[in-house]
Amino acid sequence: MIRLPPVYRDIENLIRTERLPTIWCPGCGLGIVMKVFLRAVKDSGIPIEKHVIVTGIGCTGRFSGYVRLDGYHTIHGRAIPFAMGLKLAKPELEVTVVGGDGDIVSIGGNHFIHAARRNIDLNVIVVNNFNYGMTGGQSAPTTPIGVKTSTAPYGHYEEALNIPYLAIASGATYVARWSVLHHVQMYESFKKMFRHRGFAVVEILSPCLLFGFRNNMSVIDIYMELRRRCRVVKNPRAEDAYIEWGSDKPIILGEFIHVEKPTLEQKISELLRKAGAAY
Amino acid sequence: MVKELLKPGIYFLSGNVAAAEAALIAGCRFYAGYPITPASPLMEHMARRLPQVGGVFIQAEDEIAAIVMALGASAAGLKSMTATSGPGFSLMQEALGMGFMMELPLVVVDVQRAGPSTGLPTLGAQGDAMQAKWGTHGDYETVIYAPSTPQELFDMVIEAFNTSEMLRTPVVVLTDQFTAHSYGKIRVPPHEEIRIVDRAVAEKREGYLPYATDDLVPPFALPGEGYFFHLESLYHDERGYPTMNREKVGKLIDRLVSKVRLSADKIVKVEELGVDDADILVVSYGSVARVVKEVAYRAKSEGLRIGIFRPLVLWPFPYEKLRKAVERCSSPRVVVVEVNKGQVVHYVREAVGADVRVDLYSETPGFYPGPKDLLNFLKKVVGG
Repeated sequence: MIRLPPVYRDIENLIRTERLPTIWCPGCGLGIVMKVFLRAVKDSGIPIEKHVIVTGIGCTGRFSGYVRLDGYHTIHGRAIPFAMGLKLAKPELEVTVVGGDGDIVSIGGNHFIHAARRNIDLNVIVVNNFNYGMTGGQSAPTTPIGVKTSTAPYGHYEEALNIPYLAIASGATYVARWSVLHHVQMYESFKKMFRHRGFAVVEILSPCLLFGFRNNMSVIDIYMELRRRCRVVKNPRAEDAYIEWGSDKPIILGEFIHVEKPTLEQKISELLRKAGAAY
Repeated sequence: MVKELLKPGIYFLSGNVAAAEAALIAGCRFYAGYPITPASPLMEHMARRLPQVGGVFIQAEDEIAAIVMALGASAAGLKSMTATSGPGFSLMQEALGMGFMMELPLVVVDVQRAGPSTGLPTLGAQGDAMQAKWGTHGDYETVIYAPSTPQELFDMVIEAFNTSEMLRTPVVVLTDQFTAHSYGKIRVPPHEEIRIVDRAVAEKREGYLPYATDDLVPPFALPGEGYFFHLESLYHDERGYPTMNREKVGKLIDRLVSKVRLSADKIVKVEELGVDDADILVVSYGSVARVVKEVAYRAKSEGLRIGIFRPLVLWPFPYEKLRKAVERCSSPRVVVVEVNKGQVVHYVREAVGADVRVDLYSETPGFYPGPKDLLNFLKKVVGG
């Protein structure tokens, strides 16, 4: 069993330390997301046992197995509908889906847009590392034009998805984006996401060794690139959140939307009252 | 409007509606589905009825979401169901495997239509038999019910929920357009006479293991109650942690298939009619078995004795019962009647062995065999 350094003492009881070390590569951004997520869970004001985590497949999918919460490691792309079932069956749960860009907006893209449309009270953390890391660095729908991947050896030529823009267009009511370097904002954003009633999406830009590997970048180079190009903007426009690689155009971070709308659960409980039963 | 569960009595209902009402009686309180002919009437009935009993209905964005939502609701403790037809059933296969691996109870009603592909949406068939048995990838065991009338559909949906809760695994009710769209007399017995099984729930939080191997079926824990469990779709150990250890992988898959196989005695159910000294044994299942009964009746007047063997539960397959039934016939001759190009016939051949002649009467998917055609076929087999 691995003892965590003193700096993690406050969240040690929320980590399945018997499972350490994680499968994540040294330098991966996922450890930072996990640490910040657990601090936000601890400080959420919601009883720990009410927090439930659901993941799909990929490096980010392993998240649910490292945190000491009720957790479900499901199949590729289906974390959101599984989480919806949990939440609708037991609305008092605080359900968070953590998934990679491939899991959430590629194979799970249909579920993402329809869950957002319904404004179900779910938290979705999309860790975007611009490629399929676990399986060897293939192209993802978030891969920027021009970079090389194992399935785009001559350079990726498809347009990338703009996740905040997609989320807002689909109906999400809280949407933010940070990089793993912005852990203070990430922490505040996660706490807001827990308090928010409705479909909340937080995209985290995260370095991946495999992504750097084919583009002559070390993982440190990717951190440096994020540091150089990320700009925190107040009330940013989601249209401006598109990410280009190898340019000097800033990568926009911030809270793109934060509005209150009736949630799916509220509508269902209204329906049940009408139909003559209590939800 | 009916506000509660369907009261005891005699009703005239379609198979689809009977299945929905049976689910409510069995305790189903979550339904997620995607519209598809010929299963939509079941879904529409659930949309109206579930809220009346305090359940949650949701129309999913596709069949994959439908089954996964239902599994999620089951994970939160609700008895859940989805229903679909061939194309949707194909989309659900991966998630069925997840339910098997994570050990989540679920009832899936497959109202078969003629396939492959879009096929014949409004005509029934039996082409999904093998898919129900083997559709998901990897090693898999499940229980598959094959009702042949609306009443049986009603009874078997309740039984499917019970089996699913008892074994903590997804169960399939394999019906078809012929049965689900046709109306029939439904007897709802007094509710206290209906057996209802609920999954075993963990008593102790301390040291709870979601995949404990003390019994074949580990006790279930609800999320949000301080168990801090991890349910896993990868091969896992007793704690639910992923493993690539040969011994642990073997132990898990052995237990998962054993819990179904070793329960076969409790689950297997067949109907046998006129088997003793029959000239020929006809094996059929589902709606087409009703034609076989009519043919057996007509054959009697022509001096041909047809024995009927009908699995009410297709899998676990009734190997032993079928072998014994063949022995009781006057000659070892079997005809399998299926509305497909030959699926369950392979299991029948495996069960009876090479010494018994097994012929297949394969009806064009989408259509019932005509009694005359089937009778002539049987006469030819007996004569030849």
